[in-house]
Amino acid sequence: MDWFYIKGILILSGINLMAVLGLSLLTGFTGLFSFGHAGFMAIGAYTAATMGIKLGLPLIPSLLIGGLISGVISLFIGKLTLNLKGDYFCIATLGFGEAIRLILDNVQYFGGARGWPGIPLKIDLWNVAIINVVGILILINLINSRHGRNMIAVREEELAAKTIGIDTFKHKMISLFISAVYAGIAGGMVGYYTGFLQPKMFSMNKSTELTIIVIFGGIGSISGSVLGTLLLTALPEILRAFALWRLVAYGAAVIFIMISRPEGLMGGKEITLKGFIRLLNIRKRSGKAAEG
Amino acid sequence: MIQFLQQMINGLSIGSVYALMAVGYSLVYSIMNFSNFAHGGIIMLGAYFGFFFLTLFNWPFAVAFLGAAICAAALAVLVERVAYKPLRMRNAPFLYFIISAMGASMFIENFVIATIGPTFKTYPAVFSREPFRLGPLFIGRLDTMMFVISAICLAALIYFIDFTKMGKAIQATAFNPRASALMGINTDLIVITVFAIGGFLAGIAGVLFGMKYTVYPQIGFITIKSFIAAVFGGLGSLPGAVIGSVILGILETLISGYFSSQFRDLISFSLLIIILVFRPIGLMGKSTEEKA
Repeated sequence: MDWFYIKGILILSGINLMAVLGLSLLTGFTGLFSFGHAGFMAIGAYTAATMGIKLGLPLIPSLLIGGLISGVISLFIGKLTLNLKGDYFCIATLGFGEAIRLILDNVQYFGGARGWPGIPLKIDLWNVAIINVVGILILINLINSRHGRNMIAVREEELAAKTIGIDTFKHKMISLFISAVYAGIAGGMVGYYTGFLQPKMFSMNKSTELTIIVIFGGIGSISGSVLGTLLLTALPEILRAFALWRLVAYGAAVIFIMISRPEGLMGGKEITLKGFIRLLNIRKRSGKAAEG
Repeated sequence: MIQFLQQMINGLSIGSVYALMAVGYSLVYSIMNFSNFAHGGIIMLGAYFGFFFLTLFNWPFAVAFLGAAICAAALAVLVERVAYKPLRMRNAPFLYFIISAMGASMFIENFVIATIGPTFKTYPAVFSREPFRLGPLFIGRLDTMMFVISAICLAALIYFIDFTKMGKAIQATAFNPRASALMGINTDLIVITVFAIGGFLAGIAGVLFGMKYTVYPQIGFITIKSFIAAVFGGLGSLPGAVIGSVILGILETLISGYFSSQFRDLISFSLLIIILVFRPIGLMGKSTEEKA
């Protein structure tokens, strides 16, 4: 367990976290399920890599452009499919994600199914950490704003939200757009970290993995998403000794969480500084009470 | 013209096996309103059971075939008991069912990889490879077999659903689970029956697919196609699932025959999105209004 290995896991968690944060907004706060976020990651990844290699842009602008393109495409998808009810939206995103992967498989300009090697390695722990902190801060501000509250209203009861005058379609759209931008940026980071892109990296399994992390961390909790990502990215690494059996255990764990604690780790609560201080105070007070 | 007819025959035989899988998705959807993504795993297990019964135990074909179907049915019921029943008891939202199904699918696939191994296995030749000749057309013995067996199973299923007491109970539960439970229908038994039927047909489809191609742990991915067929025909509708599957099967063979097999999957997934955009209820589905 040397530092290099741990650093690698942390960077991977950071990249996953960016995508999970986006999905957390869509799934956790707006109540929409997506099985196509790997598609948005793929769009971001290939756009960002094109910007970097063909146009010679530096890291941050190319990541942002990747995110933006993926966001713009999400607007088209959203316009078409956000009117659909519940799991039909989820099925549509599944079709979208797989379609993107299959298109990339056939685009020879990006190396097709064989992949695209030779992307400059520009990601290190520092810029991953900074991008994630910025991402988390933006998300917290968004959720505490009027728009964030409207999204939560859509999640809780769409009909009621509509009745009191919330433009539910618009808010679902904003939520999908932002989550696609986050996924696009995460995808861009994948390319700049591994130096290699292949459509297979963005299969449906990736989308499922992201959704599972969001559920595991807890619906409607950002700190839950952060914790969930760290745990679930590290867990397969810790279990690496069991090689073949770790994914079996992972599948069983997912079922177990669903049937025993569906609200996830945090269950809609957040870890905040205030909560931490309150916890300390309670400890102190109970300590004093015990003395007195 | 002859090539076209030949492609139609191939498409019909693939489409009929898709139909066997698609009705499994549709049956579960009609009762429980969620897409059972663990169905692919059951089909894969059915293919493996058939393979081992034929090679290890040297059972005659018909016995191995039935044995595989029964084992698959038992496992489908087991998955329901473990992964869905606790959720059903709690009236959990559909998305928890989907996540649980994903977990089950991951578990089954990786369990097979860990125990049996990821290698491809080829069925022993049960039928001679010599095709029937009908004028200038070649009709494979296996293709004929696939079509005949699928047609018999589907006819039996439609008879069961339409003309038996149990079938009527299934229809009633699909229409309104609460009201039918109040009328004295044992909903739990209905769910078990539906999973058993779905699993039985999945086992048969698995063996047929294994004989046509090979057996490997990711074979369940093919079932995504039958899922598309189920959506195309209208989730929850049995005739829809059958018609959708046949159309998809013919479409796929025509595309790979006249254009390129690389675009086959892409077109299938695009079809999924197009249907959801223009006619989300599919060819003959029931209304998409979310049930309260």
